[in-house]
Amino acid sequence: MAQIINEGIVKQNQSVIYETGILMLLLSFLVATIAITVSFLASNISAKGAARLRASIFSKVSSFDSGEMELFTTASLITRATNDVLQVQNASLMILRMGFFAPAMGIGALIMAIRTSHDLTWTIVITLVSLLFFVFLSVALSMPKFRMLQKLMDRINLIISERLKGMLVIRAFLREKREEERFEEANKALMNTNLFVNRLMSLMMPVMSLIMSYGSVLIVYAGSKLIDVNKLAVGDMMAFIQYATHVVMSFLFLTMFFIMLPRAMVSAQRINEVLKMDLMITDLPEPEQNHLPLDTKGEVRFEKASFRYPDAEENVLSNISFKASPNTFTAIVGGTGSGKSTLVNLLPRFHDLTGGKILIDGVDIKTLSRNNLRDLISFVPQKNLLMKGTVLSNVTYTATSIDSHKLEEAITISQSKEFVDQKAEGVESPINQGGTNVSGGQRQRLSIARALYKDAPIYIFDDSFSALDFQTEAALREAFIKAKKGKTVFVVAQRISTVKNANQIIVLDEGKISGIGTHKELLKTCSVYRELVSSQLEGEGGEADGRS
Amino acid sequence: MAGPKIRPGKGPGGGPASALMPGEKAKDFKGTIKTLWRYLRPYRGRLIISSLATVFSVAFSVISPLILGKATDVVANSVLHNVPMDFTALIKLLVLLLIIYGLSSVFSALLGFVMAGISQRVSYRLRNELSEKLNRLPLEYFDKKTHGEILSRVTNDIDTVNTTLNQTLSQIVTSLITVVGILLLMIYISPLMTLIALITIPLSMFVIKMIVKRSQGHFRDNQMYLGEVNGHIEEMFTAHIVVKAFNGQEEAKRTFDELNGKLEKAGRKSQFYSGTMMPLINFVGNIGFVLVCIVGGYLAVNGRITIGSIQAFLQYIRTFNQPLMQLANIANVLQSTAAASERVFEVLNEEDEAPDSDTPEVILKENVKGDIVFDNVTFSYPLEEENRPPLMKNLSFSVKQGQRVAIVGPTGAGKTTIVKLLLRFYELKGGRILLDGVDIKDMKRGDLRSCFSMVLQDNWLFSGTVQENISYCCDTATKEDIKKAAKAAHIHHYIRTQPKGYKMVVQEDAGNLSAGQKQLLTLARAFLADSPILILDEATSSVDTRTEKNVQRAMAELMKGRTSFIIAHRLSTIVDADIILVMKDGDVIEKGTHKELLEANGFYKNLYDSQYK
Repeated sequence: MAQIINEGIVKQNQSVIYETGILMLLLSFLVATIAITVSFLASNISAKGAARLRASIFSKVSSFDSGEMELFTTASLITRATNDVLQVQNASLMILRMGFFAPAMGIGALIMAIRTSHDLTWTIVITLVSLLFFVFLSVALSMPKFRMLQKLMDRINLIISERLKGMLVIRAFLREKREEERFEEANKALMNTNLFVNRLMSLMMPVMSLIMSYGSVLIVYAGSKLIDVNKLAVGDMMAFIQYATHVVMSFLFLTMFFIMLPRAMVSAQRINEVLKMDLMITDLPEPEQNHLPLDTKGEVRFEKASFRYPDAEENVLSNISFKASPNTFTAIVGGTGSGKSTLVNLLPRFHDLTGGKILIDGVDIKTLSRNNLRDLISFVPQKNLLMKGTVLSNVTYTATSIDSHKLEEAITISQSKEFVDQKAEGVESPINQGGTNVSGGQRQRLSIARALYKDAPIYIFDDSFSALDFQTEAALREAFIKAKKGKTVFVVAQRISTVKNANQIIVLDEGKISGIGTHKELLKTCSVYRELVSSQLEGEGGEADGRS
Repeated sequence: MAGPKIRPGKGPGGGPASALMPGEKAKDFKGTIKTLWRYLRPYRGRLIISSLATVFSVAFSVISPLILGKATDVVANSVLHNVPMDFTALIKLLVLLLIIYGLSSVFSALLGFVMAGISQRVSYRLRNELSEKLNRLPLEYFDKKTHGEILSRVTNDIDTVNTTLNQTLSQIVTSLITVVGILLLMIYISPLMTLIALITIPLSMFVIKMIVKRSQGHFRDNQMYLGEVNGHIEEMFTAHIVVKAFNGQEEAKRTFDELNGKLEKAGRKSQFYSGTMMPLINFVGNIGFVLVCIVGGYLAVNGRITIGSIQAFLQYIRTFNQPLMQLANIANVLQSTAAASERVFEVLNEEDEAPDSDTPEVILKENVKGDIVFDNVTFSYPLEEENRPPLMKNLSFSVKQGQRVAIVGPTGAGKTTIVKLLLRFYELKGGRILLDGVDIKDMKRGDLRSCFSMVLQDNWLFSGTVQENISYCCDTATKEDIKKAAKAAHIHHYIRTQPKGYKMVVQEDAGNLSAGQKQLLTLARAFLADSPILILDEATSSVDTRTEKNVQRAMAELMKGRTSFIIAHRLSTIVDADIILVMKDGDVIEKGTHKELLEANGFYKNLYDSQYK
């Protein structure tokens, strides 16, 4: 453009105008082509990169066992695999698109500006310095408020969700007014902080454009002085204004990077922590040497087994030894924190023993592959976790084919038949993610049905009857014993009525066995058990004891 | 599953790419905007001020290139005609320019300042109104809506209203005035050049339209697959132990890879399109720019236009595109504002609970004896289809002061229904409930509810200190009262042993207290409330031995002299009850004392046998 003015207009040369015009057109066509190519490459790279990142996190977490899950917590892992990946993806896209372009444009424009007139360069420096000063000032002012804003928003969320959950309580105790006041207080704080931040932001744009405009006025003033003494051409001054604008813009882009990049860096670090995690439990190099078939007997023997969390001071379980034979029912009872659940989680190797051994039919479970080991165990976890799909897809989870007879049996034994049949679509009824569209009791029964369908030599019920009433539980137990003969069954339970008829009851107290035996034996020999029984049957003791 | 749903963030790109996002549409656009205006009306004065500020700010910023052009002319004149530079004229123009830039910025800041105030106050009011509405809505409303849905209206939707209000209002005015102003000035400089510049506008509009048309589907896919992938991750990580126990890793990975592949494809395409938009628009813009340069140069050579005018004109072309694109996008933004505010208004327009009777019977908690009569009560939950038979048919029974009612039945039989009817959380379909001989419909809800103390199992504690939680029922309670109640509930000692004692903070969902301790806290609350009628829900969940004993002792003490309704699981409670209501499928199918029911040899007998044989 400078050429058009300097050579064309000032010297009245029309052909220069056309030639330069065509050159400019060609140049901008080239720029557009390059920019589109860059965009193509950038979107390819960032989409592929994000997909790979997601996939490797997913695979890594799939290889985790309970120890690693507890270390990171499920919620944190979900955030890392979703939000953090998105952060990294957005940042990488931005860097690919602009990260090279902005500095290149800035430096290029700066070189051109200096070449056009190095006597005017100082004007760019002044504009840039005052702009950067202002940007950093407002970032410094607003950052703490932004962080506060997040906290205030969380508080609004917390209050509303507490009020939704506690609706009955609030209304029963006539606390509506107080809850409204509590909310209003948080709301007011949110509004005030929001006002401050928004007003600061609404100042930013005008001030920034003011600085840039004043910069161009400065150039015209300084430039005209140079032109007056013939040190600068008119067209050059106008080109200089354009170059200066480009330099300033690219610097602004760069400052944006430095504000955004740290967030993406934190995300990348959090993802890396997951990918770098060393697995706590691994299979032996050649586990196939010991392979137990599905029709193995399923005799389980704990030999001086103990477990301790890494870095913990005391064992969760110490010196646990007992034998559970096929066709028997082993119950595990004890107070909160006595290690009941941990004990049954050791058998499928969700945690690895830190001492002693566990044997299945004489084979140390550490020498089996975890896949083989877990094929031998039907497990009902404490939490009733269903997955998105149908009743059918949940009950037959991981099964390669569907056996309608087995399906019917699993649903009947788990006492799910009545409510499944009541649904219009029967076993094809949809289940929401997390099973939120069925009641807690139904979720538990379906979770039991899933384990029943699997049909393995060993069954573990980890406190799996808590959401069922006595009658349903009794019916389930009875049907199970009748249908699943010859299995080795472990039941962690809270209620004495659940375990009373077990072949052996293991009483745990602070991680140690304080008694093994039948209900009657333990009532005589084990004081911890007696205390447990009396606490639950107090007042009804006469009735219950008389009938047992 | 509780926990926050993961919201996929705005797609990468921002800026013009937001125009590519398919917007949401409101069902009743006009009505919603009208309602929204009701909230804006109190700020009419300020809106006018900010509109004026916009006009000034834009006018000044539109004029400035013209003056800068004049300044350039002064410089160019001296070069072209070889005369000494007219510095006084130049400095005059430059000072004028400084003032104009300054004024434009001041007005634009004023505009932002005022608009931020208005939109913040409107969203503050909306949030408060929602908060108050939550307390007036009938409970059946909450049966229809999930917590997440309601939560999202209080936070996300109001946030959207807030940001769009803040931006759109000023954007509409700014863009419109800018476009008109620039156009006028361009014509003023050179009608011919304006014509040439305008040719490129339909061209760039065409480019935008093409890209938007092609990319919208990909953006929608991208959002959808992102949701699916994230949903799958959430589900698999949450159900990790099941995946492991059933060796389901490979199946999970297969599903994941499939979804992830689709996401990658959609992401690649949508990002590509959003990245193509700017270069293409720039290219079209550059064509116009070059054309203007050439024509301008030609005109200047012939002396029909000054260099400064060309400079000003070029600046106008550069700034012309942006407000034009904003105007094109405004319809979208308005639509999503309307959609978000419509969701908020939907809640606000829901029908309130039936109002209290105009001439209520005045009852005082202190004088209530606690005699309760159910007289031919018929009830069904409102969600059920109309012609289904009512859940509860013609239930009649009566209890005298101090008696105990045990409600028993299998899981899911609707045992809490009676409790909800007693407290008038739901309205009866037929019959009446009498408290001390007065129909509860004739009382104020507040008076009625103050006669009851409830101890349910779940969701009973709030974030706050132990002390606040116990005294939740009565603000007037002194520290001594609270301690006395805690002692009666056998939790005083435990509280004292904790780091901050009564000031210990109960965390969200009360993770720092065991289930048993939570129960004891709610029992302490009931002791403090000291109401004539008690509603208890016996825990099925496990508690350690010592706490369990304490809970039972506290419950027994609490029931002394009070009429109690107990959702019972414990045999001793049931056997001792004055009347047992046996529930199945939402209805009371048997009632009587333990002995009577055993002799009747019905459902209760069956239940009893299965439990204790």
